[in-house]
Amino acid sequence: MISRRSVLKAVFTGGAIAGLGVMMPRIALAAWNATAFETDSQDAAMDAMYDSAPAASADVNLKAPDIAENGAVVPVTVSSGLAGVKSIAVFVEGNPQPLAAQFFIPAGTKAQASCRIRMGKTSAVTAVVETASGTFSASKEVKVTIGGCGG
Amino acid sequence: MAKGIIRAKAKAKNGNTSVKIMAKHDMETGNRKDKKGNKIPAKFIQTMVVAYNGKTVMEAHLGTAVSKNPYLAFTFEGGAKGDQLEITWTENTGTSSTETAKVR
Repeated sequence: MISRRSVLKAVFTGGAIAGLGVMMPRIALAAWNATAFETDSQDAAMDAMYDSAPAASADVNLKAPDIAENGAVVPVTVSSGLAGVKSIAVFVEGNPQPLAAQFFIPAGTKAQASCRIRMGKTSAVTAVVETASGTFSASKEVKVTIGGCGG
Repeated sequence: MAKGIIRAKAKAKNGNTSVKIMAKHDMETGNRKDKKGNKIPAKFIQTMVVAYNGKTVMEAHLGTAVSKNPYLAFTFEGGAKGDQLEITWTENTGTSSTETAKVR
């Protein structure tokens, strides 16, 4: 018979197992960089993340639309032909918090990442690729016709 | 397990596996205000870790500038049909969960 008690018990044990599962793969490569994510200046965010300022490079490919019809959803793809890519980050200069996302690329994963970002207004989007030999960037101006923040 | 918010599609082809992940999440920035003018507290996914066979293949750190219902796509070497991916996400509020997806 299924009593309320046995159902509750099953739910709790299930929850405990799910909790264990959460603990297991937490071999994080790095902690969430609160300083970089919360600052309102792109330079300060970069300072908090990298040892040196990124240099513009043709080996960083940033794919973003010229005009974003909807600033709330701007598809961005970053890829790089550089060797030993450690991380890829996307910055939106005109946003309240310029750092949008950072992707850590372990060995064996292609140096490519796609995501969708929010843009408050027309601004430059910068992709920064961190490799063993330094940081490289590419940037592109994206025009926003409707703002993504507020709405 | 808690209600899943993640929809993932992983496809193995020519020794590589392409993964597309979409999480159903509002990604509240903390900058918006409700009708009464009170700030809506920030609530967004901070980290998303994708593991394959116990090895992390992608770790994404997201900020508030990531769109609602965040989408993430990447490719890693290896992976075979029927294998399982583990996707762990953590919110800024501390809530976290692990969901699995099969490679097809």
